Amino acid sequence: MSKARLMQGNEACAEGAIAAGVRFFAGYPITPSTEVAETMAKLLPRVGGKFVQMEDEIASMGAILGASLAGQKVMDATSGPGFSLKQELIGYAACAEIPCVLVNVQRVGPSTGQPTAPSQADVMQARWGTHGDHPIIALAPWSVRETYDATVMAVNYAERFRTPVILLMDEIVGHLREKVELPEAGELDVYPRRSPKKTRAEGYEPFAPDTDLVPNVADFGQGYHIHVTGLIHDDTGFPAGSPKVTEDSIHRLHEKIARVGEEIIHTEEYFMDDAEYAVVAFGGTARTAYEAVANARKKGQKVGLLRLMTIWPFADQAIARLAARVKGIMVAELNYGQVVNEVRRAVNGHCPVEFCGKYNMQTFEPAEIEAGIDALCGEGNK
Amino acid sequence: MERSYEKYFRQNRLPHMWCPGCGNGIAMKAIVQAIEKKPGLTQDNTVIVSGIGCSSRASGYMDFDTLHTAHGRAIPFATGIKLANPELNVVVITGDGDCTAIGGNHFIHGCRRNVDLTVVLFNNNIYGMTGGQASPMTPLGKKATTAPYGSVDRPFDACNLAEAAGATYVARSTAYHEPHLVDMIAGGFDNKGFSFIEAMVQCPTAYGRKNKLGSPADMLKWMRDNAVMKAAWDKLPADKKTEEKFPIGLLYQAAAMDYDTAYDQVIERAGGAAK
Repeated sequence: MSKARLMQGNEACAEGAIAAGVRFFAGYPITPSTEVAETMAKLLPRVGGKFVQMEDEIASMGAILGASLAGQKVMDATSGPGFSLKQELIGYAACAEIPCVLVNVQRVGPSTGQPTAPSQADVMQARWGTHGDHPIIALAPWSVRETYDATVMAVNYAERFRTPVILLMDEIVGHLREKVELPEAGELDVYPRRSPKKTRAEGYEPFAPDTDLVPNVADFGQGYHIHVTGLIHDDTGFPAGSPKVTEDSIHRLHEKIARVGEEIIHTEEYFMDDAEYAVVAFGGTARTAYEAVANARKKGQKVGLLRLMTIWPFADQAIARLAARVKGIMVAELNYGQVVNEVRRAVNGHCPVEFCGKYNMQTFEPAEIEAGIDALCGEGNK
Repeated sequence: MERSYEKYFRQNRLPHMWCPGCGNGIAMKAIVQAIEKKPGLTQDNTVIVSGIGCSSRASGYMDFDTLHTAHGRAIPFATGIKLANPELNVVVITGDGDCTAIGGNHFIHGCRRNVDLTVVLFNNNIYGMTGGQASPMTPLGKKATTAPYGSVDRPFDACNLAEAAGATYVARSTAYHEPHLVDMIAGGFDNKGFSFIEAMVQCPTAYGRKNKLGSPADMLKWMRDNAVMKAAWDKLPADKKTEEKFPIGLLYQAAAMDYDTAYDQVIERAGGAAK
């Protein structure tokens, strides 16, 4: 461990990216994510990496995809309107299987919304923002230190699955300052760029899946003369107009991530040992929910907290197990209702699911979540 | 007839999908002939990046590392490739709609940033792939499916735009002047910075038919009759510079440090070691 430092979530994100091997960042200024770009502009050249401020959000996404294809680990960061603008190229990265990490420090929307205020309303956009069927991985850290860890994890998943990974931060965590001790470089597991296992003479096909269903696509400049396109393509990388290739391709894109199951679904439980009710929360809201649940425990309420760190793929099994254990669940999130519907789907009627939402540009007060817990536990009926 | 350029094409991906008489094949061939002229450029160290549209299908036929990006976005992708691996020679193939409409912002900022790219715009004056809609380079009064009474949008001169935006090498040629086009592209490879070459190509199917421009050969003859070499153009009296006449050749060149060289100095100032 390094010595303790006072650091902001956005800065920890940049530090984590560099520790995970990111050496190219393209960005465009947007509140409340700008400190990620500013920190990368400062730190990247120190390690021989490159930062480029592009002309717009779309260009910065395009630049990181190009840099990734040329062999670098890459990241870009944005917020609300910028996240909307990048959607087309997120889909390109999913289809062409280009490793990349996109940070979205969520702010209040829709549109320009409330640029400096916290929100967690991009959960569904992270999942379905780009058109067409596609898989996505999204991680939502709740502390400065976990932002560092989640960024390393995001870079590793991007490389391992050759897929875009969304670091779904929120303004609370992005601008939060905490004392952190970061790991030394050697303490981290860093997933290396995948590389071809065959030569051209041996019949190398850049998009032929390995045993884990992920292709070992060559980097540009390695002499393989590969073709990369956002058109549906076969194992050779060239467009193929057949129903079978289309079906197989879309299925494999999903299956390469789905098949690892719960390995990448990270959740944490607090106060759950004898809990009869549960709060589900993520990101900055989970901090408030933690305090609310701790206060409820002091009042004798048997309530616990399930915190989602992986938002996508959704923690269906963890939620189903939770529903089998408790009499009721409440989802607290800073939006009009997004994760709550996923929880209801996973609970599948096994227990009541209540919603505690907020969308007035303020973070939750613990008392607001405690009031929700009171109602959940039936205190209001006593 | 010598066909040494054939090795630069993926023979198993041919024939191409362009219409009979299309000029894109001529411009694509000019690019590989320019590559052939430069001993430092090989199939292993050259990357072809394209956008979306008729022109941009070229990347699939060319035997290099090739990238067929999203509509308008070829220059940002190419920027990332070049900065991530400066050893690569990065060529962008784009069209008039791809480059100057949906990709217009990327185009001017690419020029301004002066990353060492060679951008070849296949200008067929129309959106061909989608069936003949007006582009920002459709001449005033010419017809398109979205301009059935003639275009009222004033067109861009992409070369003037590139020069004004900061490109350090700007040239134009045509499909008719193929050997000259090869030289213009090769000149772009020599320039360490953002090089822009407009290659005028005929689209007999959409643009030509809509505007009654005759056969592909007639369209090529029009290029022959209206293109004026830069040196002659500069001496041409104003009244001879009619609406149809246009200059070809090296139109502009400037000395400026390319982005990657400048960024190496950033790395040095930051105390970082180059990779």
